[in-house]
Amino acid sequence: MSNVSDHQPAANTEYVTATIGGQLFGIPISRVQDVFKPERLTRVPLASHDVAGVLNLRGRIVTAIDMRARLGLPKDDTAREAMAIGVDLRGESYGLMIDTIGEVVRVQNDECEINPANLDPWLGTMAAGVHRLGTELMVVLDIDRVLSLDAETHANA
Amino acid sequence: MDDLLTEFLTETSESLDTVDNELVRFEQEPNNAKILGNIFRLVHTIKGTCGFIGLPRLEALTHAAETLMGKFRDGMPVTSPAVTLILLTLDRIKEILGGLEATQSEPAGEDSDLIDQLHDMVARGMAAMDAPAAAQDPEPALVVADLERPLRPGEVSLDELERAFQETAVEDAVDAHEPVAADPVPPITLVIGKSESAENLNKPSQKMPIEPPAADNDRIANQSIRVNVDTLEHLMTMVSELVLTRNQLLEINRRNADSGIQASLQRLSNVTAELQDGVMKTRMQPIGNAWQKLPRIVRDLSSELGKQIELELHGADTELDRQVLDLIKDPLTHMVRNSADHGLETPAERLKAGKPEQGTIRLSAYHEGGHIIVCIADNGRGLNTARIKAKAVASGLVTEADVEKMTEAQIHKFIFAPGFSTAAAVTSVSGRGVGMDVVRTNIDQIGGTIDVSSVAGEGSSVTVKIPLTLAIISALIVESAGDRFAIPQIAVIELVRARANSEHRIERIKDTLVLRLRNRLLPLAHLSTLMKCDAGRTDTEGGFIVVTQVGKQTFGIIVDGVFHTEEIVVKPMCTKLRHISMFSGNTILGDGAVILIVDPNGIAKAIGGSAIAPHDSADDRNAGQNGKDDALTSLLIFRAGSPQPKAVPLALITRLEEIAAKDIEYSNGRHMVQYREQLMPLIMMDGVEIATTGVQPILVFSDDGRSMGLVVDQITDIVEEHLTIAVASTRDGVLGSAVIKGQATEVIDVGHFLPLAFADWFARSEMRPSQNAQSLLLVDDSAFFRNMLAPVLKAAGYRVQVASNARDGLSILRSSEFQIVVTDIEMPDMDGFEFAETIRADKRLSELPIIALSAIVSQAAVERGRQAGFHDYVAKFDRPGLIAALKEQTSMGHAA
Repeated sequence: MSNVSDHQPAANTEYVTATIGGQLFGIPISRVQDVFKPERLTRVPLASHDVAGVLNLRGRIVTAIDMRARLGLPKDDTAREAMAIGVDLRGESYGLMIDTIGEVVRVQNDECEINPANLDPWLGTMAAGVHRLGTELMVVLDIDRVLSLDAETHANA
Repeated sequence: MDDLLTEFLTETSESLDTVDNELVRFEQEPNNAKILGNIFRLVHTIKGTCGFIGLPRLEALTHAAETLMGKFRDGMPVTSPAVTLILLTLDRIKEILGGLEATQSEPAGEDSDLIDQLHDMVARGMAAMDAPAAAQDPEPALVVADLERPLRPGEVSLDELERAFQETAVEDAVDAHEPVAADPVPPITLVIGKSESAENLNKPSQKMPIEPPAADNDRIANQSIRVNVDTLEHLMTMVSELVLTRNQLLEINRRNADSGIQASLQRLSNVTAELQDGVMKTRMQPIGNAWQKLPRIVRDLSSELGKQIELELHGADTELDRQVLDLIKDPLTHMVRNSADHGLETPAERLKAGKPEQGTIRLSAYHEGGHIIVCIADNGRGLNTARIKAKAVASGLVTEADVEKMTEAQIHKFIFAPGFSTAAAVTSVSGRGVGMDVVRTNIDQIGGTIDVSSVAGEGSSVTVKIPLTLAIISALIVESAGDRFAIPQIAVIELVRARANSEHRIERIKDTLVLRLRNRLLPLAHLSTLMKCDAGRTDTEGGFIVVTQVGKQTFGIIVDGVFHTEEIVVKPMCTKLRHISMFSGNTILGDGAVILIVDPNGIAKAIGGSAIAPHDSADDRNAGQNGKDDALTSLLIFRAGSPQPKAVPLALITRLEEIAAKDIEYSNGRHMVQYREQLMPLIMMDGVEIATTGVQPILVFSDDGRSMGLVVDQITDIVEEHLTIAVASTRDGVLGSAVIKGQATEVIDVGHFLPLAFADWFARSEMRPSQNAQSLLLVDDSAFFRNMLAPVLKAAGYRVQVASNARDGLSILRSSEFQIVVTDIEMPDMDGFEFAETIRADKRLSELPIIALSAIVSQAAVERGRQAGFHDYVAKFDRPGLIAALKEQTSMGHAA
């Protein structure tokens, strides 16, 4: 990977970073509506296990997704307060529950590396590449894939 | 251009519906010049507009139709074929309009067939009239000349066009029966109609055919304006938000009452309620709008079916939410078609039955406490109870035994079962397999209920109860397992407080909870159990029972607490959660929390699956389609010896007992208990310890006067599942593992435990295994039954070979010698009947005794079996019956 800082402008993307289960993830800032503290979560019985519940965010009903469950990461046993990143998909609001919210980073698009071949295949379906940020690796999340919790997850619901 | 076209399309299609109806009226009253005038003007308007926006095909067609109608006006006799022809032309016009809507341009096509016919009709009419009328009307000449090419737009003067547009607008405004306005007025519509106009639109309790033209009401048109539906939808959304905010304020005020704002809040609340009412009213449309097409449909049907049908429409002005209206339009049409096709008899049949030749279909609509009741009644032959019964039994919806216990009303309800259609012959009108079940699904979707009643020979009526609106509903807020849920008030009949020692207490029949309420047994279910979040629930006998009714099905939902009733704004569930049938939506409560709205239909299905109407569940629908692999089996789930759940078919169990530990005796090396004046041996599965204190749950299996008890740790559940053994077992006493309710469950082999209690359980002296044991072929597509029956049959002294389908069975039969065949009936591909017929047809095998095994044992099925060549017909799980039948058949075989 070469340094391409003097290349074309606009070839970079801003990501909102978040840690989920100890791993750093990046969500394209263009997809992020807001970041909020999920409060008064109403659980939805009979829903698939990665649906944490529904909540009221300024008059809108938001479906909260437990990202640890969604990404197949181990359950959080510490009692820290979760945060949520609000994203929209086809007119519906979702809150992705994460452990901690990080800063916004701007990275060069061509520095994005494809998913390592040995990445967990389940996680791989929702990852759109990996960025190297100094000492850490940031996995870019494909929001559409993350929110396509359809048939396979529901079958087990 | 686009706007113009859209406008044109909406207006034209509305006008066309009007023309349809007017024509039907006109046919009955050919001398009513007023009706004719209306029709003529409508068609003329369409023609004019077509010319203006350049639609040559439409223009030529409308022109030809107009010419014919012009002749009527000039005194040509109105004949039925002529009206039919014009109706055909209108259909063609609608077709073209459809294409226009889809592609933005006139679809290619040729209409000269119709145009020629129209001209022929004109010519013939003229001849009949004797009087040359051509001179009075310049248009026919024009058409003849212009047949192959579009009329020039210049044929219509601007003045006329101007008027045409205005007229069309006026007609729309006042709907079907307001054909024309005398003077030009600004564009108007029915979307926001003053109530006065609504009343005039469709007079209540009026017979359609004799409804007088309402042309005198033109002035009403001035009082309404056209508003875009989107604007109304937006208003509605905003009002919904306002209602929510109001609720929140009320909630805050409840908690910390501040007298300062009390009065203003009250005022705000009232104004909000009024505003809500007002906005709701703008969405209201008379149900007559959904009926508009019916007179035409009924006319067509009556000529197609050769029946005389009168259509009565009552209460067409009853208003309901346009969203609801859209959803019931098709079901209503379908039901009217049904009445015409199946309900009403032919004139000859009617005369024979002493009824007037003309049959009547009556639609009526009226309000009843937050609902609209729509009733479709006919005075035809009524539902054919016997046929429904036979069909229900034949299609496996119910057993013969059960159906005998049912009332007529219950049997009639089967017409709503999926895929149920009793029409013996498929007509073009109905009987295509999609029937009342589709109607019911549509009605269910909008939270409505449907019911049918019928008196043989006198007619039948279908009553549909639908909510006024879907947007804001009144709901009961309840609590269950720590969560709050909203139950739509519409479904709630009453609340009952259950206490352990009161008159109303929750009782059990096996594991089913019931409540005795006014001498009726009401099936109950814990809401938390239905929601599968009853992990921490203690089985208290108290709680609140929300008595709920869905259709004729009444049941009780047990909740922990009941708060209050609240007006809630229904928001649809997130698409990711919409597959959960227990919920119909969610909402934000006054305190800001999101709660889920329980769907009583979903609950009814969940409860009905085991308690009331086993034919209502969605799963059964699949079962019907996919054959018997999907048949539901009732299973008892329990734990014994290990934490993994175990299952056994409920049908095999005689009783569930809890025996006091102190009553269990130990004698002769085994545990026994005195049970019904006999000593019943207790058998333990591996790892099960008999309780030394308290009570010990046991499963009792009885056969031939003997009982044994299987000791288990805990009985956990009764479920209905598609039982498929996924992994066969090598362990004794376990048939294999199956996924039941998402969990790997061991299905136990009862056949293994029975001989442990009585060594000779299966081995009766008369069928002790002998040297020359008889060969038996067992055919069943279900691995479970093969696994369960084979050991039983072996124990009964047969050499057993199994086949998983009829074709395999046939080849096995042909390759070696068998004394008897036991086969399942419901199998995919080749079923048992076919299998038996094939065997009978085979010369070498024709004498082979065959015993049918079936989940459905009804008179009809047994008869069918006899015809197919079965020697005997035994219910599945009826082990003694099977053994007896085997004995009889094989000994007979020997004798022969």
